[in-house]
Amino acid sequence: MTGAGGVQSERSRLAVAGARATVAATLRDQPRRDVVLNAAFAGMLLLAILLALSGLVALLTQAFIKGAPALSPDLFTNGPSTINPEKAGFRPAIIGSLELIAGVILFIVPIGVGAAIYLEEYADNTKWWNRVIEVNIQNLAAVPSIIYGILGLAFIVRGPFDLGFILAAGSMTLALLVLPVVIIAGREAIRAVPSSIREGSLALGATQWQTIRSQVLPAAIPGIVTGVILSVSRALGEAAPLLLVGATVFVTFDPTPFSEDGYAALPVQIFQYATRPQEAFQELAAAGVIVMLVVLLAMNSFAIWLRNRYEQKW
Amino acid sequence: MARDESKARTGRQSREDAAARAGIAVRPDQFQQHAAGRREKVFELKGVGVRYGGVPAVKEISMDVHRNDVTALIGPSGCGKSTLLRCLNRMNDLIPGAEVEGSLLYHGEDLYGSKVDPVQARKMIGMVFQKPNPFPKSIYDNIAFGPRILGRKENLDETVENALKGAALWDEAKDRLDANAFGLSGGQQQRLCIARCIAVQPDTILMDEPCSALDPISTGKIEDLMIELKKQFSIVIVTHNMQQAARVSDRTAFLMVELDADEDNRWGRLVEYDETEKIFTNPADSRTEDYVSGKVG
Repeated sequence: MTGAGGVQSERSRLAVAGARATVAATLRDQPRRDVVLNAAFAGMLLLAILLALSGLVALLTQAFIKGAPALSPDLFTNGPSTINPEKAGFRPAIIGSLELIAGVILFIVPIGVGAAIYLEEYADNTKWWNRVIEVNIQNLAAVPSIIYGILGLAFIVRGPFDLGFILAAGSMTLALLVLPVVIIAGREAIRAVPSSIREGSLALGATQWQTIRSQVLPAAIPGIVTGVILSVSRALGEAAPLLLVGATVFVTFDPTPFSEDGYAALPVQIFQYATRPQEAFQELAAAGVIVMLVVLLAMNSFAIWLRNRYEQKW
Repeated sequence: MARDESKARTGRQSREDAAARAGIAVRPDQFQQHAAGRREKVFELKGVGVRYGGVPAVKEISMDVHRNDVTALIGPSGCGKSTLLRCLNRMNDLIPGAEVEGSLLYHGEDLYGSKVDPVQARKMIGMVFQKPNPFPKSIYDNIAFGPRILGRKENLDETVENALKGAALWDEAKDRLDANAFGLSGGQQQRLCIARCIAVQPDTILMDEPCSALDPISTGKIEDLMIELKKQFSIVIVTHNMQQAARVSDRTAFLMVELDADEDNRWGRLVEYDETEKIFTNPADSRTEDYVSGKVG
């Protein structure tokens, strides 16, 4: 009895020891190939983000090194000059850009939000024409800005609208350029409002419009505003379409929206200074880049803050 | 034998006895109003069916819903009980491709008549949903939303207070009416949704599995509330919880899934509709008995 029991327990002891050894070996023995591949993949990803960041850092450093000496209050108060880079500034260009983006906001908020509401709340997606509109808006967001410049020139400055080379025409052109982005951002914000909120409102006897106005839009506003700010900062940085619709490089007065005397914009002015042969003008261009970057970063940061602050968690 | 005996007797006591024998917890006032006999019909359904994009979801439902009753719709998933419920306040209109056939009378008026505005219908027939869906606003604004859109802006404070009292939420909410409704617990949120619904003073309240997202204590509170609310309103409740139907409802409709010959399509069909205690103690149809006794489903 005891002998048989002894053999039994000896066997089970061996079996347990064997199993433990196997488990220990498996746990320690990660295949070398897996280790290397894992590290290599992580390294590649790190490299990708470093490359992306280094481009931005190089640009910023270059602009700061070159433009820092030219940074002075004169930049904001003086007009451009062709002969005297020490006295030249961006005042008309800054005012022109501010007026341009004010116009852009006036156009894109009602049109963009309206289109987004229509597409999300009213359009029947089973109908082919609504799907065509949807695909086209996605595509329009990817159209190069110079194309919008030509469109603005042909339809707004000349052609059907025939407004002439005025600042408002520049605003309309930039608005067309960023409208698809606003519509897409607006749709996403509206879609993020759960349908249970709409149903809850409709079940109380609210009409579709009352539901949109009182429930859907208030909940979607942070997302919509974020989209608008990001679109406006893109519009602020665009030079190409403005060159086609009348932004000029030498404006010594403060531009007004409807005057045909010409208007300037910050990116166009920077472009003009940067193409001058004199070193001093290039420094001035670098200083202009700093001003514009600060404005853009401030706007984007505000958009991000706004999104985080007011975003509705469902 | 016991069943036959109880069937022979009438009145509230025998109902309670029968329910007790079947192991169903009965609320003291559950069968009170039944003794009053047949009452006004709120909904009369004759051959009602719903199709989504041509595919039937429920077919040929015929039943009457009585005033001041709690009417329960029970049945396995996919039997179309929610679909049927959403016909009753025209919420199905919001789903593209949904069609309702048959005749559905609401207080004798064709609910799907060409002159009926679904928005007006929903003002009279309120709805509480499966998942509590408070608006992302203050408790006060949640309740006041309905009266405001209906233009009933006088005595708004009073309306809000009465609605919250009616939904047994006043004591918990009175000190934080301006707080965001998302800060309430799930059960409180659901009672807020009920308060929001009764603030527009509907005639009927539809509840689509109102307790399925709630814990047993919150569920108990909502069930108590239903018994209280049926004094003023007619209630139709969809529930997957048979005990709940047995606890709160006066009449129960049992729906089942039916398949076509090649099992490609499935739709819901009404198997049996009767007084709750009969459905749970002495159903006429063997399928009902199998379902309520837990043999299938």
